Amino acid sequence: MNIPVLKFDAVIVGAGGAGLRSAIQLSEAGLKTAVLSKVFPTRSHTVAAQGGVAASLGNSEEDHWRWHMYDTVKGSDWLGDQDAIEFMCKKAVEVVVELEHYGMPFDRTDNGKIYQRPFGGHMSNFGEKPVRRSCAAADRTGHAMLHAMYQRNVKANTQFFVEWMALDLIRDSEGHVVGVTAMEMETGQVVIFHTRATIFATGGAGRIFHSSTNAFINTGDGLGMAARAGIPLEDMEFWQFHPTGVAGAGVLITEGVRGEGGILRNNSKERFMERYAPNAKDLASRDVVSRAMATEIKEGRGCGPNKDYVLLDITHLDPATIMKRLPGIREISIQFAGVDPIKEPIPVVPTCHYQMGGIPTNYAGRVIVPDNGSFDNVVPGFYAAGECACASVHGANRLGTNSLLDLLVFGKSAGDSAVEDLKNGKAHRDLPANAADYSLSRVAAIDSRKGGSSVAEARLAIQRTMQDHAGVFRFNDMLKKGAAQILEVEKQVLNLEIKDKSQVWNTARMEALETENLIEVAKATMISAEARKESRGAHVRDDAPDTPEFPNGRNDKEWLKHTIWHRDGNKIEYKPVNLNPLTVETVALKTRSY
Amino acid sequence: MERAAYERLRWRSIRRGLLEVDIALTRFLDEEFGKLSEAEQQAFAELADYEDLELWHLISGQAECEDARLAPIVAMLRKS
Repeated sequence: MNIPVLKFDAVIVGAGGAGLRSAIQLSEAGLKTAVLSKVFPTRSHTVAAQGGVAASLGNSEEDHWRWHMYDTVKGSDWLGDQDAIEFMCKKAVEVVVELEHYGMPFDRTDNGKIYQRPFGGHMSNFGEKPVRRSCAAADRTGHAMLHAMYQRNVKANTQFFVEWMALDLIRDSEGHVVGVTAMEMETGQVVIFHTRATIFATGGAGRIFHSSTNAFINTGDGLGMAARAGIPLEDMEFWQFHPTGVAGAGVLITEGVRGEGGILRNNSKERFMERYAPNAKDLASRDVVSRAMATEIKEGRGCGPNKDYVLLDITHLDPATIMKRLPGIREISIQFAGVDPIKEPIPVVPTCHYQMGGIPTNYAGRVIVPDNGSFDNVVPGFYAAGECACASVHGANRLGTNSLLDLLVFGKSAGDSAVEDLKNGKAHRDLPANAADYSLSRVAAIDSRKGGSSVAEARLAIQRTMQDHAGVFRFNDMLKKGAAQILEVEKQVLNLEIKDKSQVWNTARMEALETENLIEVAKATMISAEARKESRGAHVRDDAPDTPEFPNGRNDKEWLKHTIWHRDGNKIEYKPVNLNPLTVETVALKTRSY
Repeated sequence: MERAAYERLRWRSIRRGLLEVDIALTRFLDEEFGKLSEAEQQAFAELADYEDLELWHLISGQAECEDARLAPIVAMLRKS
């Protein structure tokens, strides 16, 4: 078949914060750069980021990148690589100031400097006391970032391919990445982007869970493509959860609701937090509350026909208080849970929020894979940044406001690395013969299959399996069952059928292709989680409890290492954590407590 | 609305940056859109072109719609 080939120096897949930041580096260096996105760039999920971006500017009070580094290592529960963490925290000031020059409307102090607000986990002097480090633009930081960087790209002549979906990586016989295949949604045409550099900035894959705060676009397309092309995924067992998302919808109910007197109840209306945290009760910390909720559900005390959520009750509060102190909660509850919280409790469940693992990279944004006993083998021509990548700076748990920082720093460094690698004017490597065949056959199978499984059902099966077996609090028996079950669900996903056979604007086909990406992330997560027998950061197991020998259930002797999952045979191997920063001494291992 | 135009609108409505908008528009398309007049469908398409935050503020009642043509659709979105 004759497939059109578009030749670019670089293609970037994804036009959220990381993709746009990379594209600026490439286009401003004069390279012919294409950015592919399923949606218009300013509609990327980065728009949902409100908290701000961390940088030790020291505008409000004394701060230092080394203190930021300490907080990040501690937040990561020592699983983050300290070379990458030093690189990111040091670079933070530079990338924030650059962003300001791009026109980002940061909040300001009276004397015109960038205003900085406090945020959980940001401390001065190596964990001593809170420090104001987060830079924000009101409650629309992500939105403003996307706009500033999109404009900068337009000026730099970046070519945007909007409403295009990348399908597969193209690697040649020596393993070099030489481009991607992609589908233009408007025509259904598959096209080859033949490149010298390919950067993935496809975001997270939070849609693998039934309850997720992630927008519907977050289907892990980059991770699916990488896995199918033989690139392993790192630390996929680590996902950040929020205790109270509306069951079934995922929309967040702020923790302020419990602060105002909201009570969590199980199916016999019992205020179960009294058993788990007799003093703090419903005001216990996020992880304690999440674990208690998960335990109630696991032990059959959940509510609803599937007993898969608990209730957040504010019916005892004065309606005037609810309206005044918790603005928007009544509307969210009516709109997304279908209940008026003045009269009925809100169904809630721990909800997935952020993916710490991803495509393994070094701090220069180059994708690295294990081979011959080394874990640092660069895949020529391939780069990744942002939530889809694992540098690894978040380790087992991300520090608040480090996600926007991650996409700025590593978006830029991936772009810089590509510019450096291309500067000798090397020609495009040849495309392998029939470079699009694999993608075409995947699309043709979906288009032509009869009597297959429904996309909606297969997706729901992934999400239910993940939520029930690998949620915020993990149990050995459930993980084992989940690992077997997700492989069964995979059979369903490999057999998808769509009813709409149209060539143009076939959204059913796009959703089928997205589901084929979701399953790769789901397998990686379940199998990596089952294998890690300790608790660390966001991965908390019932059978790895807090003991004097293993505080918080963390076992550094056996598990201070990154998980590397290979799609082929679901093989797992482990790579050492880099405890050596670039220029300063290591942040020594310690129990993580706040 | 012809199939391709509808499918394009559907993709643009349910692949957003914000989950809240994804859900609200999906539900509206599934339950209400088919009952609208052509002019109302057009008005919905215009709203779907709004930025995520802007649209969410309208749907959640944090902002009021000043365009008289679009306001009835916003009212329906709030109810659905």
